[in-house]
Amino acid sequence: MPTSQAIQVDNLSKRYGKDVQALAQVSFEVGRGELFGLIGPDGAGKTTLIRILATLLLADEGQATVNGWEVRKNYRKIRSHIGYMPGRFSLYQDLSVEENLRFFATIFGSTIEENYELIRDIYVQLEPFRERKAGKLSGGMKQKLALCCALIHKPVVLLLDEPTTGVDPVSRQEFWEMLQRLKEKDIAILVSTPYMDEASLCDRVALIQKGRLLSIDQPGKIVSAFDKPLLAIRTNDMYRLIHDLRAFEPGHSAFPFGEYVHLSLRQPIWPEAIHAYLAGKEHTGIEIKPAQATIEDAFMELMTREVM
Amino acid sequence: MKQFGIFIQKEFYHILRDRRTLLILLGMPVVLVLLFGFAITNEIDNARIAILDQSKGEMSQEITQRLVASGYFLIDENLQEIAQIEQHFREGKTKMAVVFPSGIEEDKRRNLPTQIQLIADATDPNTATTLINYASAIIGQYAQEQARGQALPMQIRTEVKMLYNPRLKSVFLFVPGVMTVILMLVSAMMTSIAITREKELGTMEVLLVSPLKPAMIIVGKVIPYILLALANTVVILLLGTFVFGMPVRGSLVLLALECLLFVITALALGILISTRTDSQQVAMLISLMVLMLPTILLSGFIFPIESMPKVLQVISNIIPAKWFIIILKNVMLKGTGIEFVWKESLILAGMTLFFIGASVRNFKTRLE
Repeated sequence: MPTSQAIQVDNLSKRYGKDVQALAQVSFEVGRGELFGLIGPDGAGKTTLIRILATLLLADEGQATVNGWEVRKNYRKIRSHIGYMPGRFSLYQDLSVEENLRFFATIFGSTIEENYELIRDIYVQLEPFRERKAGKLSGGMKQKLALCCALIHKPVVLLLDEPTTGVDPVSRQEFWEMLQRLKEKDIAILVSTPYMDEASLCDRVALIQKGRLLSIDQPGKIVSAFDKPLLAIRTNDMYRLIHDLRAFEPGHSAFPFGEYVHLSLRQPIWPEAIHAYLAGKEHTGIEIKPAQATIEDAFMELMTREVM
Repeated sequence: MKQFGIFIQKEFYHILRDRRTLLILLGMPVVLVLLFGFAITNEIDNARIAILDQSKGEMSQEITQRLVASGYFLIDENLQEIAQIEQHFREGKTKMAVVFPSGIEEDKRRNLPTQIQLIADATDPNTATTLINYASAIIGQYAQEQARGQALPMQIRTEVKMLYNPRLKSVFLFVPGVMTVILMLVSAMMTSIAITREKELGTMEVLLVSPLKPAMIIVGKVIPYILLALANTVVILLLGTFVFGMPVRGSLVLLALECLLFVITALALGILISTRTDSQQVAMLISLMVLMLPTILLSGFIFPIESMPKVLQVISNIIPAKWFIIILKNVMLKGTGIEFVWKESLILAGMTLFFIGASVRNFKTRLE
């Protein structure tokens, strides 16, 4: 029964023991061929959510369907139609690249040759290491192999739990390019990540914190919803700078951002006023310039609002 | 079916590529059988004894010669006086002393009952009893020979025949026992880590999110280990027969099939442990401790089941090793066929099915 959505989640809640509320009334949906990002810090509930959708955990309350199948009742159906990549590298380290791929293709009732088309772009990079044991691959290569193994049976939904954590920047970028290409094959992709800069690469993103979804929208819209004046500031003593800017009265929030600190303001004020304030705090090498809001600023804003 | 095939192939890769574990799995039974085999023997060879001959006559000479000729005893020293005996035992030089009093030649000539004293170091009661029994038997036989032709008072002699093991060799008791214990331990330990390893490495998460059914995963895990366990069986059987002189009087085919059955029972038990635990170490410990003690103590390997309290006798029925030891003794020593061991075989087969069924039931299809 093909409903329109690839993933549909309604009011999903999950607790561990008495104290830990891993998920609280989470609702969202992912359309076919959509790349949906789940962004949030460690312990926000990303893994729990993905495991519930992968039928590995049961939710306490709420409903969820994957490709129209209910996750509790139809878990067998779901299992043969999804690709799942756990957060931890979960392939057989003592099997070679090719043996791993062949194993996962076969247990899903497929063959490498049948769906080679789907993984070709990724697999060409792995092919020179076909004979190498999976345990001896680099971090980025491991993740590419894991993605191949999750894709080899042509799933309709792909669930990726922090696929780029612990991977070098170049490999991370390549990995995201692959996901963009997979989208075109009409595979719905749900990907979680702690890296906010990856959010802008998704079609839509959901910010998750302490088990709650803070905002679901297209990355561009989330950025444009950020309406406060923003300045990028640096001095010779960055650590003290953050501290002093947070104590600065007209300031709203201050977060480190690369080699600058992003300061958002309650209302526009002259940069000279800030300069004077910092000089009064004995900062040297002060540099202040207006900054363009990024998705990270928007998230920081959302998260602080939630805390307050 | 293709899924099942590749799953088994994958298990074979795991086993064959982990060279060190493979070596341990194949080498451990050899070491254990030899250790157990040579340690658990209550036969005595060349025990050192001391002789205190106060008679210095023909009779004491002859008896001493016979003791030595039996092969059980070795004269450590000829003592001169009583006081030396105590000294000798204290120094631990000897296990037994034989004292021939000065009057024995005189008693013999006058055809009177006479006495020879045997003193044994009973700090080890088993050895002491065995030594005294051996020595008494030898002396008794000598006395009978001497008395031949003379009129004796009415005597009843028991004619004893020890069936299947006429020389009462203890190997016949311990080789089946050792074989059982080692097969049980090695087989159960091998599979007890099979599923916990996948849990620890995180690969179970991926296996679960696949169309593989629990029964397929469990049976697929057992099959490759059957071959390994059979290799162990062959080694243990060869050691038992060639090193310890255990006979195989029954059908070799039947013996092999029974071993196969028991090995599968043990492997299934290992898998069951594996489904109930979360770490390889715990699984190993459980299979070692929980299986080892009942298998050794309650299987009739060391202590006869008939002399156990009723409760333990009942409990011993659930120990697979008990049934396998009965089968082994029947087939190897008595040379009986399947018509005498079908009941025990059926019990083992039933246990195997139960273990596999329980494993499949216990297998969690989710992470919680």
